[in-house]
Amino acid sequence: MTQISDEDVRQLAQLSGIELSNDETVNLTEDISKIVEYVQQLSELDTKDVEPTYQVGDLENVWRDDELIDYGVKREDLLALAPQQQDNSIKVPKVL
Amino acid sequence: MSRISDFVGKSAVENVEAALLRAKQSSDYNIFLHLCEEKALKRAKKIDTGDSKGRLAGVPFVVKDNFTTKDAPTTAASEILEGFYSPIQATAVSKLEAEDAICIGKANLDAFAHGGSTENSAYGPTLNAKDKERVAGGSSGGSAVAVALDIVPFALGTDTGGSIRQPASFNGVVGFKPTYGTVSRYGVVAMASSTDVIGPIANNVEDIQTVMSVIAGKDENDMTTLPDFFEPLQETSGKKIGVVKQFMDESADSDVLQVTRDYIEKLKSLGHTVEEVDLPLVKQALAMYYVIVPAEISSNLARYDGVRYGKRSKLAKTIGEVYGKSRDEGFVDENKRRIIVGSFVLSSGFFDAYYLQAQKARTLLINQLEDLFSRYDFLVGPTAPTPAFKLGENTKDPIRMYLADIMTVPASLAGLPAISVPFGQNQEGLPIGVQVMASRRGDAELLRFAQDVEEK
Repeated sequence: MTQISDEDVRQLAQLSGIELSNDETVNLTEDISKIVEYVQQLSELDTKDVEPTYQVGDLENVWRDDELIDYGVKREDLLALAPQQQDNSIKVPKVL
Repeated sequence: MSRISDFVGKSAVENVEAALLRAKQSSDYNIFLHLCEEKALKRAKKIDTGDSKGRLAGVPFVVKDNFTTKDAPTTAASEILEGFYSPIQATAVSKLEAEDAICIGKANLDAFAHGGSTENSAYGPTLNAKDKERVAGGSSGGSAVAVALDIVPFALGTDTGGSIRQPASFNGVVGFKPTYGTVSRYGVVAMASSTDVIGPIANNVEDIQTVMSVIAGKDENDMTTLPDFFEPLQETSGKKIGVVKQFMDESADSDVLQVTRDYIEKLKSLGHTVEEVDLPLVKQALAMYYVIVPAEISSNLARYDGVRYGKRSKLAKTIGEVYGKSRDEGFVDENKRRIIVGSFVLSSGFFDAYYLQAQKARTLLINQLEDLFSRYDFLVGPTAPTPAFKLGENTKDPIRMYLADIMTVPASLAGLPAISVPFGQNQEGLPIGVQVMASRRGDAELLRFAQDVEEK
Protein backbone atom coordinates (compact mmCIF):
# COMPACT_ATOMS: atom_id res chain seq x y z
CA MET A 1 0.00 0.00 0.00
CA THR A 2 1.27 3.46 -0.93
CA GLN A 3 2.00 5.72 2.06
CA ILE A 4 1.97 9.49 1.59
CA SER A 5 4.40 11.54 3.71
CA ASP A 6 4.68 15.28 4.39
CA GLU A 7 7.70 15.28 2.13
CA ASP A 8 5.69 13.67 -0.73
CA VAL A 9 2.99 16.35 -0.39
CA ARG A 10 5.60 19.11 -0.30
CA GLN A 11 7.13 17.79 -3.51
CA LEU A 12 3.75 17.27 -5.25
CA ALA A 13 2.75 20.81 -4.26
CA GLN A 14 5.94 22.13 -5.76
CA LEU A 15 5.25 20.23 -9.00
CA SER A 16 1.74 21.73 -8.90
CA GLY A 17 3.06 25.28 -8.46
CA ILE A 18 1.50 25.79 -5.01
CA GLU A 19 3.58 27.18 -2.15
CA LEU A 20 2.08 25.54 0.94
CA SER A 21 2.68 26.63 4.53
CA ASN A 22 3.91 23.97 6.98
CA ASP A 23 0.49 23.69 8.67
CA GLU A 24 -1.22 23.28 5.32
CA THR A 25 1.25 20.57 4.34
CA VAL A 26 0.51 18.57 7.51
CA ASN A 27 -3.27 18.86 7.09
CA LEU A 28 -3.19 18.05 3.39
CA THR A 29 -0.98 15.02 4.02
CA GLU A 30 -3.64 13.57 6.30
CA ASP A 31 -6.47 14.24 3.80
CA ILE A 32 -4.54 13.07 0.77
CA SER A 33 -3.49 9.86 2.55
CA LYS A 34 -7.18 9.09 3.18
CA ILE A 35 -8.10 9.81 -0.44
CA VAL A 36 -5.27 7.67 -1.82
CA GLU A 37 -6.20 4.86 0.57
CA TYR A 38 -9.83 5.07 -0.61
CA VAL A 39 -9.03 4.95 -4.32
CA GLN A 40 -6.65 2.00 -3.83
CA GLN A 41 -9.70 -0.29 -3.97
CA LEU A 42 -9.41 0.00 -7.76
CA SER A 43 -6.38 -2.30 -7.66
CA GLU A 44 -8.77 -5.18 -6.84
CA LEU A 45 -10.39 -4.96 -10.28
CA ASP A 46 -9.13 -7.25 -13.04
CA THR A 47 -8.40 -4.93 -15.96
CA LYS A 48 -6.15 -7.24 -17.97
CA ASP A 49 -6.61 -6.57 -21.72
CA VAL A 50 -9.09 -3.73 -21.03
CA GLU A 51 -8.65 -0.55 -23.09
CA PRO A 52 -8.71 2.70 -21.04
CA THR A 53 -11.49 5.25 -21.72
CA TYR A 54 -10.26 8.81 -22.19
CA GLN A 55 -13.38 10.41 -23.67
CA VAL A 56 -17.04 9.49 -23.88
CA GLY A 57 -18.44 11.84 -26.51
CA ASP A 58 -17.97 9.69 -29.66
CA LEU A 59 -15.68 12.51 -30.69
CA GLU A 60 -13.77 12.65 -33.93
CA ASN A 61 -10.94 14.87 -34.93
CA VAL A 62 -12.23 18.21 -36.20
CA TRP A 63 -10.38 19.99 -38.99
CA ARG A 64 -10.70 23.57 -40.07
CA ASP A 65 -8.71 25.96 -42.22
CA ASP A 66 -5.96 27.75 -40.36
CA GLU A 67 -7.62 31.16 -40.59
CA LEU A 68 -7.81 34.02 -38.15
CA ILE A 69 -11.21 34.05 -36.41
CA ASP A 70 -12.50 37.28 -34.93
CA TYR A 71 -13.89 36.63 -31.44
CA GLY A 72 -14.50 40.33 -30.89
CA VAL A 73 -11.79 40.44 -28.23
CA LYS A 74 -9.17 43.16 -28.56
CA ARG A 75 -5.52 42.87 -27.58
CA GLU A 76 -5.94 45.78 -25.15
CA ASP A 77 -8.87 44.00 -23.45
CA LEU A 78 -6.71 40.95 -22.78
CA LEU A 79 -3.72 42.98 -21.62
CA ALA A 80 -5.96 44.92 -19.26
CA LEU A 81 -6.75 41.65 -17.43
CA ALA A 82 -3.13 41.14 -16.40
CA PRO A 83 -2.22 42.18 -12.83
CA GLN A 84 0.73 44.21 -14.22
CA GLN A 85 1.41 45.53 -17.72
CA GLN A 86 4.10 47.66 -19.32
CA ASP A 87 4.87 48.66 -22.94
CA ASN A 88 2.04 46.59 -24.44
CA SER A 89 3.24 43.47 -22.55
CA ILE A 90 2.42 41.53 -19.42
CA LYS A 91 4.93 42.29 -16.69
CA VAL A 92 6.40 39.64 -14.35
CA PRO A 93 9.44 39.62 -12.01
CA LYS A 94 12.80 38.83 -13.58
CA VAL A 95 12.89 35.29 -15.04
CA LEU A 96 16.59 34.88 -15.83
CA MET B 1 -47.24 23.18 -14.69
CA SER B 2 -44.70 25.42 -16.45
CA ARG B 3 -43.39 28.29 -14.35
CA ILE B 4 -41.50 29.86 -17.25
CA SER B 5 -44.76 30.45 -19.13
CA ASP B 6 -45.96 32.67 -16.25
CA PHE B 7 -43.27 35.18 -17.27
CA VAL B 8 -43.42 35.02 -21.08
CA GLY B 9 -45.39 37.87 -22.64
CA LYS B 10 -45.40 39.94 -19.43
CA SER B 11 -43.50 43.19 -19.00
CA ALA B 12 -39.83 42.26 -18.93
CA VAL B 13 -39.04 45.24 -16.70
CA GLU B 14 -41.64 44.13 -14.15
CA ASN B 15 -40.40 40.53 -14.32
CA VAL B 16 -36.81 41.62 -13.71
CA GLU B 17 -37.67 44.13 -10.97
CA ALA B 18 -39.72 41.53 -9.13
CA ALA B 19 -36.96 38.90 -9.45
CA LEU B 20 -34.31 41.34 -8.20
CA LEU B 21 -36.54 42.24 -5.26
CA ARG B 22 -36.99 38.54 -4.38
CA ALA B 23 -33.22 38.07 -4.66
CA LYS B 24 -32.59 40.92 -2.22
CA GLN B 25 -35.24 39.69 0.21
CA SER B 26 -33.46 36.30 0.25
CA SER B 27 -29.99 37.73 0.88
CA ASP B 28 -29.59 35.71 4.11
CA TYR B 29 -29.32 32.52 1.97
CA ASN B 30 -26.11 33.83 0.34
CA ILE B 31 -27.25 32.74 -3.12
CA PHE B 32 -25.69 35.47 -5.25
CA LEU B 33 -22.08 36.47 -5.78
CA HIS B 34 -23.22 39.27 -8.08
CA LEU B 35 -26.56 40.76 -9.15
CA CYS B 36 -26.57 42.13 -12.71
CA GLU B 37 -29.10 44.85 -11.88
CA GLU B 38 -28.17 47.57 -14.32
CA LYS B 39 -27.55 45.31 -17.29
CA ALA B 40 -30.69 43.23 -16.64
CA LEU B 41 -32.97 46.28 -16.44
CA LYS B 42 -31.39 47.79 -19.53
CA ARG B 43 -32.02 44.61 -21.50
CA ALA B 44 -35.56 44.36 -20.11
CA LYS B 45 -36.41 47.88 -21.31
CA LYS B 46 -35.04 47.06 -24.75
CA ILE B 47 -37.11 43.88 -24.95
CA ASP B 48 -40.30 45.67 -23.85
CA THR B 49 -39.90 48.34 -26.51
CA GLY B 50 -38.55 46.08 -29.28
CA ASP B 51 -40.53 44.57 -32.16
CA SER B 52 -39.50 40.92 -32.24
CA LYS B 53 -39.79 38.78 -29.12
CA GLY B 54 -37.87 35.58 -28.52
CA ARG B 55 -39.25 32.36 -27.07
CA LEU B 56 -38.14 33.36 -23.56
CA ALA B 57 -38.90 37.07 -23.84
CA GLY B 58 -38.52 38.76 -20.47
CA VAL B 59 -37.92 35.55 -18.49
CA PRO B 60 -35.37 36.18 -15.69
CA PHE B 61 -32.74 33.52 -15.01
CA VAL B 62 -29.59 32.94 -12.99
CA VAL B 63 -26.29 31.32 -13.93
CA LYS B 64 -23.74 29.64 -11.74
CA ASP B 65 -20.72 31.91 -11.37
CA ASN B 66 -18.50 29.63 -13.46
CA PHE B 67 -20.27 30.83 -16.65
CA THR B 68 -18.57 33.87 -18.14
CA THR B 69 -20.97 36.72 -18.78
CA LYS B 70 -20.25 40.07 -20.38
CA ASP B 71 -20.34 43.10 -18.07
CA ALA B 72 -20.35 41.04 -14.85
CA PRO B 73 -17.51 39.48 -12.87
CA THR B 74 -16.90 35.71 -13.07
CA THR B 75 -15.18 34.39 -9.95
CA ALA B 76 -15.98 30.63 -9.91
CA ALA B 77 -16.39 31.42 -6.16
CA SER B 78 -12.60 31.61 -5.87
CA GLU B 79 -10.29 34.37 -4.68
CA ILE B 80 -7.88 33.92 -7.57
CA LEU B 81 -10.61 35.12 -9.97
CA GLU B 82 -11.93 37.85 -7.65
CA GLY B 83 -13.08 40.77 -9.78
CA PHE B 84 -12.31 38.97 -13.06
CA TYR B 85 -14.27 40.40 -16.00
CA SER B 86 -14.27 38.00 -18.92
CA PRO B 87 -13.90 39.47 -22.40
CA ILE B 88 -16.02 36.59 -23.79
CA GLN B 89 -19.42 35.20 -22.83
CA ALA B 90 -20.54 31.57 -22.50
CA THR B 91 -22.42 30.27 -25.56
CA ALA B 92 -25.24 28.93 -23.34
CA VAL B 93 -25.83 32.43 -21.91
CA SER B 94 -25.71 34.03 -25.37
CA LYS B 95 -28.24 31.49 -26.71
CA LEU B 96 -30.67 32.29 -23.87
CA GLU B 97 -30.17 36.01 -24.44
CA ALA B 98 -30.84 35.52 -28.15
CA GLU B 99 -34.30 34.27 -27.08
CA ASP B 100 -34.63 37.41 -24.92
CA ALA B 101 -34.25 35.72 -21.53
CA ILE B 102 -32.54 37.99 -18.97
CA CYS B 103 -29.71 36.98 -16.64
CA ILE B 104 -30.21 38.71 -13.28
CA GLY B 105 -27.31 37.28 -11.32
CA LYS B 106 -24.36 34.97 -10.78
CA ALA B 107 -24.98 32.21 -8.26
CA ASN B 108 -22.69 30.82 -5.58
CA LEU B 109 -20.87 27.46 -5.94
CA ASP B 110 -18.05 25.49 -4.37
CA ALA B 111 -14.88 27.22 -5.58
CA PHE B 112 -14.18 25.96 -9.14
CA ALA B 113 -17.17 23.60 -8.61
CA HIS B 114 -15.07 21.39 -6.30
CA GLY B 115 -17.53 20.12 -3.71
CA GLY B 116 -20.98 18.82 -2.91
CA SER B 117 -22.29 21.40 -0.44
CA THR B 118 -21.30 24.93 -1.62
CA GLU B 119 -19.33 25.15 1.64
CA ASN B 120 -16.09 25.34 -0.38
CA SER B 121 -17.04 28.76 -1.76
CA ALA B 122 -14.49 31.45 -0.90
CA TYR B 123 -17.51 33.68 -0.17
CA GLY B 124 -19.31 31.49 2.39
CA PRO B 125 -21.89 28.71 1.97
CA THR B 126 -25.35 29.02 0.44
CA LEU B 127 -28.08 27.87 2.84
CA ASN B 128 -30.62 25.17 2.05
CA ALA B 129 -33.98 26.46 0.77
CA LYS B 130 -35.95 24.39 3.29
CA ASP B 131 -33.67 24.52 6.38
CA LYS B 132 -31.11 27.26 6.93
CA GLU B 133 -29.01 25.02 9.20
CA ARG B 134 -28.39 22.67 6.30
CA VAL B 135 -26.30 22.81 3.12
CA ALA B 136 -27.61 23.78 -0.29
CA GLY B 137 -25.79 20.83 -1.82
CA GLY B 138 -23.36 21.44 -4.59
CA SER B 139 -21.60 22.44 -6.38
CA SER B 140 -24.48 24.31 -8.12
CA GLY B 141 -25.99 25.20 -4.71
CA GLY B 142 -26.78 28.84 -5.45
CA SER B 143 -28.54 27.97 -8.72
CA ALA B 144 -30.70 25.30 -7.02
CA VAL B 145 -31.72 27.54 -4.09
CA ALA B 146 -32.53 30.45 -6.45
CA VAL B 147 -35.04 28.20 -8.23
CA ALA B 148 -36.34 26.53 -5.05
CA LEU B 149 -37.13 29.97 -3.53
CA ASP B 150 -38.81 30.95 -6.81
CA ILE B 151 -36.50 33.93 -7.35
CA VAL B 152 -36.26 32.87 -11.00
CA PRO B 153 -38.06 30.10 -12.91
CA PHE B 154 -34.82 28.49 -14.09
CA ALA B 155 -31.08 28.56 -13.58
CA LEU B 156 -28.02 27.09 -15.30
CA GLY B 157 -25.56 24.87 -13.49
CA THR B 158 -22.65 22.61 -14.33
CA ASP B 159 -22.43 18.92 -13.46
CA THR B 160 -19.12 17.04 -13.37
CA GLY B 161 -20.12 14.30 -10.91
CA GLY B 162 -23.57 15.33 -9.67
CA SER B 163 -23.30 19.09 -9.19
CA ILE B 164 -26.70 19.81 -10.79
CA ARG B 165 -28.59 16.70 -9.66
CA GLN B 166 -27.57 16.56 -5.98
CA PRO B 167 -28.40 20.21 -5.06
CA ALA B 168 -31.66 19.82 -7.03
CA SER B 169 -32.47 16.82 -4.80
CA PHE B 170 -31.47 18.70 -1.61
CA ASN B 171 -33.74 21.68 -2.40
CA GLY B 172 -36.77 20.00 -3.97
CA VAL B 173 -36.31 21.10 -7.60
CA VAL B 174 -35.61 19.37 -10.93
CA GLY B 175 -32.00 19.17 -12.15
CA PHE B 176 -30.90 17.75 -15.50
CA LYS B 177 -27.46 16.58 -16.62
CA PRO B 178 -27.56 16.06 -20.40
CA THR B 179 -25.50 13.62 -22.47
CA TYR B 180 -21.83 14.68 -22.57
CA GLY B 181 -21.43 17.10 -25.49
CA THR B 182 -25.09 18.20 -25.81
CA VAL B 183 -24.54 21.79 -24.66
CA SER B 184 -21.57 23.97 -25.58
CA ARG B 185 -19.09 24.58 -22.77
CA TYR B 186 -17.49 27.55 -24.53
CA GLY B 187 -16.97 30.29 -21.94
CA VAL B 188 -17.50 28.04 -18.92
CA VAL B 189 -14.71 27.53 -16.36
CA ALA B 190 -13.37 24.01 -16.97
CA MET B 191 -13.08 21.49 -14.14
CA ALA B 192 -12.79 17.93 -15.52
CA SER B 193 -13.11 18.11 -19.28
CA SER B 194 -14.02 14.44 -19.81
CA THR B 195 -17.19 14.70 -17.66
CA ASP B 196 -18.11 18.44 -17.40
CA VAL B 197 -21.59 19.22 -18.75
CA ILE B 198 -23.97 22.19 -18.59
CA GLY B 199 -27.62 21.80 -17.72
CA PRO B 200 -30.72 23.50 -16.33
CA ILE B 201 -32.39 23.53 -12.91
CA ALA B 202 -36.13 24.34 -12.83
CA ASN B 203 -39.35 23.69 -10.93
CA ASN B 204 -40.71 21.14 -13.39
CA VAL B 205 -39.59 18.92 -16.27
CA GLU B 206 -41.47 20.88 -18.93
CA ASP B 207 -39.35 23.96 -18.17
CA ILE B 208 -36.17 21.86 -18.28
CA GLN B 209 -37.22 20.77 -21.77
CA THR B 210 -37.87 24.36 -22.84
CA VAL B 211 -34.42 25.52 -21.68
CA MET B 212 -32.70 22.49 -23.24
CA SER B 213 -34.32 23.17 -26.61
CA VAL B 214 -32.66 26.63 -26.51
CA ILE B 215 -29.18 25.79 -25.19
CA ALA B 216 -28.52 22.38 -26.83
CA GLY B 217 -26.63 22.06 -30.11
CA LYS B 218 -23.36 22.08 -31.98
CA ASP B 219 -21.09 25.06 -31.36
CA GLU B 220 -18.08 25.80 -33.54
CA ASN B 221 -16.37 27.26 -30.49
CA ASP B 222 -16.58 23.95 -28.60
CA MET B 223 -15.14 21.05 -30.58
CA THR B 224 -16.58 18.56 -28.06
CA THR B 225 -20.22 19.41 -28.83
CA LEU B 226 -22.19 16.66 -30.58
CA PRO B 227 -24.11 17.29 -33.82
CA ASP B 228 -27.65 18.55 -33.03
CA PHE B 229 -29.83 15.70 -31.84
CA PHE B 230 -32.11 17.12 -29.13
CA GLU B 231 -35.74 17.19 -30.29
CA PRO B 232 -38.53 17.24 -27.66
CA LEU B 233 -40.90 14.25 -27.92
CA GLN B 234 -44.68 14.01 -27.52
CA GLU B 235 -45.25 10.97 -25.31
CA THR B 236 -43.90 7.75 -23.91
CA SER B 237 -45.56 4.53 -22.80
CA GLY B 238 -44.76 0.99 -21.71
CA LYS B 239 -41.09 1.52 -20.87
CA LYS B 240 -38.78 -1.04 -19.31
CA ILE B 241 -37.17 0.25 -16.14
CA GLY B 242 -34.26 -1.18 -14.17
CA VAL B 243 -33.89 -0.39 -10.47
CA VAL B 244 -30.19 -0.49 -9.59
CA LYS B 245 -29.87 -2.94 -6.68
CA GLN B 246 -26.63 -1.37 -5.40
CA PHE B 247 -28.35 2.03 -5.00
CA MET B 248 -31.09 0.50 -2.85
CA ASP B 249 -29.04 -1.12 -0.08
CA GLU B 250 -28.77 -0.13 3.58
CA SER B 251 -26.01 2.44 2.90
CA ALA B 252 -28.79 4.85 1.84
CA ASP B 253 -31.05 6.68 4.29
CA SER B 254 -34.35 4.85 4.95
CA ASP B 255 -36.53 7.84 3.97
CA VAL B 256 -34.56 8.17 0.72
CA LEU B 257 -35.22 4.49 -0.03
CA GLN B 258 -38.93 4.85 0.77
CA VAL B 259 -39.36 7.84 -1.56
CA THR B 260 -37.58 5.91 -4.32
CA ARG B 261 -39.87 2.90 -3.74
CA ASP B 262 -42.89 5.23 -3.95
CA TYR B 263 -41.63 6.49 -7.31
CA ILE B 264 -41.18 2.91 -8.51
CA GLU B 265 -44.77 2.10 -7.48
CA LYS B 266 -45.98 5.05 -9.53
CA LEU B 267 -44.04 3.81 -12.55
CA LYS B 268 -45.76 0.42 -12.22
CA SER B 269 -49.18 2.04 -11.89
CA LEU B 270 -48.52 3.95 -15.12
CA GLY B 271 -47.98 0.65 -16.92
CA HIS B 272 -44.19 0.57 -17.07
CA THR B 273 -42.31 -2.68 -16.41
CA VAL B 274 -39.94 -2.49 -13.45
CA GLU B 275 -37.21 -5.02 -12.60
CA GLU B 276 -34.29 -5.04 -10.18
CA VAL B 277 -30.92 -4.94 -11.98
CA ASP B 278 -27.32 -5.48 -10.97
CA LEU B 279 -24.61 -2.84 -11.54
CA PRO B 280 -21.73 -4.20 -9.44
CA LEU B 281 -19.15 -1.57 -10.44
CA VAL B 282 -21.22 1.20 -8.87
CA LYS B 283 -19.28 0.46 -5.69
CA GLN B 284 -15.97 1.38 -7.33
CA ALA B 285 -17.28 4.24 -9.49
CA LEU B 286 -16.57 6.85 -6.81
CA ALA B 287 -12.95 5.69 -6.55
CA MET B 288 -12.59 5.95 -10.35
CA TYR B 289 -14.08 9.42 -10.21
CA TYR B 290 -11.70 10.63 -7.49
CA VAL B 291 -8.69 9.54 -9.55
CA ILE B 292 -9.79 10.72 -13.01
CA VAL B 293 -11.34 14.03 -12.00
CA PRO B 294 -8.44 15.31 -9.85
CA ALA B 295 -6.06 14.36 -12.68
CA GLU B 296 -8.02 16.54 -15.09
CA ILE B 297 -8.37 19.30 -12.49
CA SER B 298 -4.62 19.45 -11.89
CA SER B 299 -4.20 20.13 -15.60
CA ASN B 300 -7.19 22.49 -16.10
CA LEU B 301 -6.33 24.65 -13.09
CA ALA B 302 -2.71 25.12 -14.16
CA ARG B 303 -3.84 28.21 -16.09
CA TYR B 304 -4.49 30.17 -12.87
CA ASP B 305 -0.98 31.42 -12.30
CA GLY B 306 -1.32 35.10 -11.36
CA VAL B 307 0.37 36.18 -14.61
CA ARG B 308 -2.16 36.86 -17.37
CA TYR B 309 -5.37 37.45 -15.37
CA GLY B 310 -6.77 36.97 -11.89
CA LYS B 311 -5.14 37.90 -8.61
CA ARG B 312 -1.37 38.01 -8.13
CA SER B 313 0.01 37.61 -4.61
CA LYS B 314 1.24 40.89 -3.17
CA LEU B 315 4.03 38.97 -1.42
CA ALA B 316 5.49 37.55 -4.65
CA LYS B 317 9.01 38.79 -5.43
CA THR B 318 10.23 36.16 -7.91
CA ILE B 319 8.45 34.53 -10.85
CA GLY B 320 8.28 31.27 -8.87
CA GLU B 321 6.55 33.09 -6.04
CA VAL B 322 4.09 34.68 -8.47
CA TYR B 323 2.88 31.15 -9.29
CA GLY B 324 3.31 29.52 -5.88
CA LYS B 325 1.98 32.25 -3.60
CA SER B 326 -0.83 33.39 -5.94
CA ARG B 327 -2.07 29.80 -6.19
CA ASP B 328 -1.72 29.15 -2.46
CA GLU B 329 -3.67 32.31 -1.58
CA GLY B 330 -6.19 32.08 -4.45
CA PHE B 331 -7.34 28.45 -4.11
CA VAL B 332 -9.42 26.98 -1.26
CA ASP B 333 -8.25 23.80 0.52
CA GLU B 334 -10.38 21.50 -1.63
CA ASN B 335 -8.87 22.96 -4.83
CA LYS B 336 -5.40 22.23 -3.45
CA ARG B 337 -6.36 18.72 -2.34
CA ARG B 338 -7.63 17.85 -5.78
CA ILE B 339 -4.73 19.45 -7.66
CA ILE B 340 -2.21 17.58 -5.50
CA VAL B 341 -4.07 14.26 -5.72
CA GLY B 342 -4.17 14.82 -9.49
CA SER B 343 -0.43 15.45 -9.62
CA PHE B 344 0.07 12.28 -7.55
CA VAL B 345 -2.00 9.93 -9.75
CA LEU B 346 -0.35 11.34 -12.89
CA SER B 347 3.22 11.21 -11.55
CA SER B 348 5.71 8.73 -12.92
CA GLY B 349 5.73 5.56 -10.87
CA PHE B 350 2.05 5.90 -9.89
CA PHE B 351 0.43 6.64 -13.28
CA ASP B 352 -0.23 3.00 -14.23
CA ALA B 353 -1.49 1.94 -10.80
CA TYR B 354 -3.89 4.85 -10.35
CA TYR B 355 -4.74 6.90 -13.45
CA LEU B 356 -4.48 4.17 -16.08
CA GLN B 357 -6.18 1.63 -13.81
CA ALA B 358 -9.08 4.09 -13.20
CA GLN B 359 -9.51 4.73 -16.93
CA LYS B 360 -9.59 0.96 -17.56
CA ALA B 361 -12.08 0.48 -14.72
CA ARG B 362 -14.14 3.24 -16.35
CA THR B 363 -14.33 1.12 -19.51
CA LEU B 364 -15.67 -1.80 -17.44
CA LEU B 365 -18.30 0.48 -15.82
CA ILE B 366 -19.37 1.82 -19.24
CA ASN B 367 -19.66 -1.78 -20.53
CA GLN B 368 -21.91 -2.73 -17.60
CA LEU B 369 -24.12 0.31 -18.21
CA GLU B 370 -24.29 -0.30 -21.97
CA ASP B 371 -25.30 -3.89 -21.33
CA LEU B 372 -28.14 -2.72 -19.05
CA PHE B 373 -29.30 -0.13 -21.57
CA SER B 374 -29.48 -2.80 -24.28
CA ARG B 375 -32.25 -4.37 -22.16
CA TYR B 376 -33.79 -1.42 -20.28
CA ASP B 377 -34.95 2.05 -21.37
CA PHE B 378 -34.16 3.77 -18.07
CA LEU B 379 -32.38 3.09 -14.78
CA VAL B 380 -33.83 4.40 -11.51
CA GLY B 381 -32.47 4.99 -8.02
CA PRO B 382 -32.05 7.75 -5.46
CA THR B 383 -30.10 10.90 -6.46
CA ALA B 384 -28.15 11.06 -3.20
CA PRO B 385 -27.84 8.65 -0.25
CA THR B 386 -29.23 11.24 2.21
CA PRO B 387 -31.30 14.43 2.26
CA ALA B 388 -29.39 17.71 2.82
CA PHE B 389 -26.88 17.35 5.67
CA LYS B 390 -26.06 19.94 8.33
CA LEU B 391 -23.61 22.77 7.64
CA GLY B 392 -20.16 21.66 8.83
CA GLU B 393 -21.22 18.01 9.18
CA ASN B 394 -18.92 16.68 6.44
CA THR B 395 -16.24 19.35 6.15
CA LYS B 396 -13.68 17.61 8.38
CA ASP B 397 -13.47 14.42 6.34
CA PRO B 398 -13.14 14.73 2.54
CA ILE B 399 -14.16 11.09 1.94
CA ARG B 400 -17.47 11.58 3.77
CA MET B 401 -18.16 14.62 1.60
CA TYR B 402 -17.27 12.64 -1.55
CA LEU B 403 -19.75 9.89 -0.61
CA ALA B 404 -22.62 12.32 -1.32
CA ASP B 405 -21.70 11.87 -5.02
CA ILE B 406 -21.79 8.07 -5.00
CA MET B 407 -25.08 7.73 -6.94
CA THR B 408 -24.45 10.51 -9.44
CA VAL B 409 -20.89 9.77 -10.63
CA PRO B 410 -21.69 6.66 -12.75
CA ALA B 411 -23.70 8.70 -15.30
CA SER B 412 -20.90 11.29 -15.37
CA LEU B 413 -18.12 8.77 -16.01
CA ALA B 414 -20.17 7.22 -18.82
CA GLY B 415 -21.40 10.55 -20.29
CA LEU B 416 -25.06 9.53 -19.90
CA PRO B 417 -28.08 11.83 -19.39
CA ALA B 418 -29.63 11.76 -15.91
CA ILE B 419 -32.32 13.76 -14.16
CA SER B 420 -33.16 14.34 -10.50
CA VAL B 421 -36.86 14.87 -9.81
CA PRO B 422 -38.27 15.80 -6.39
CA PHE B 423 -40.67 13.11 -5.20
CA GLY B 424 -41.14 13.47 -1.47
CA GLN B 425 -39.60 14.48 1.80
CA ASN B 426 -38.54 13.02 5.12
CA GLN B 427 -40.28 13.60 8.45
CA GLU B 428 -38.39 16.86 8.96
CA GLY B 429 -39.68 18.17 5.64
CA LEU B 430 -36.35 17.85 3.81
CA PRO B 431 -36.81 17.23 0.08
CA ILE B 432 -35.73 13.94 -1.50
CA GLY B 433 -35.02 13.46 -5.20
CA VAL B 434 -35.13 10.38 -7.42
CA GLN B 435 -32.66 9.92 -10.26
CA VAL B 436 -33.54 8.52 -13.68
CA MET B 437 -30.71 7.72 -16.12
CA ALA B 438 -30.96 7.02 -19.85
CA SER B 439 -28.63 5.83 -22.60
CA ARG B 440 -26.33 8.23 -24.45
CA ARG B 441 -28.33 10.74 -26.54
CA GLY B 442 -31.54 9.51 -24.91
CA ASP B 443 -32.11 13.00 -23.46
CA ALA B 444 -35.41 13.77 -25.15
CA GLU B 445 -36.86 10.35 -24.28
CA LEU B 446 -35.74 10.77 -20.67
CA LEU B 447 -37.28 14.23 -20.30
CA ARG B 448 -40.55 13.15 -21.91
CA PHE B 449 -40.71 10.13 -19.59
CA ALA B 450 -39.95 12.21 -16.47
CA GLN B 451 -42.54 14.79 -17.49
CA ASP B 452 -45.24 12.14 -18.01
CA VAL B 453 -44.52 10.64 -14.58
CA GLU B 454 -44.59 14.11 -12.99
CA GLU B 455 -47.87 15.16 -14.58
CA LYS B 456 -49.90 11.93 -14.39
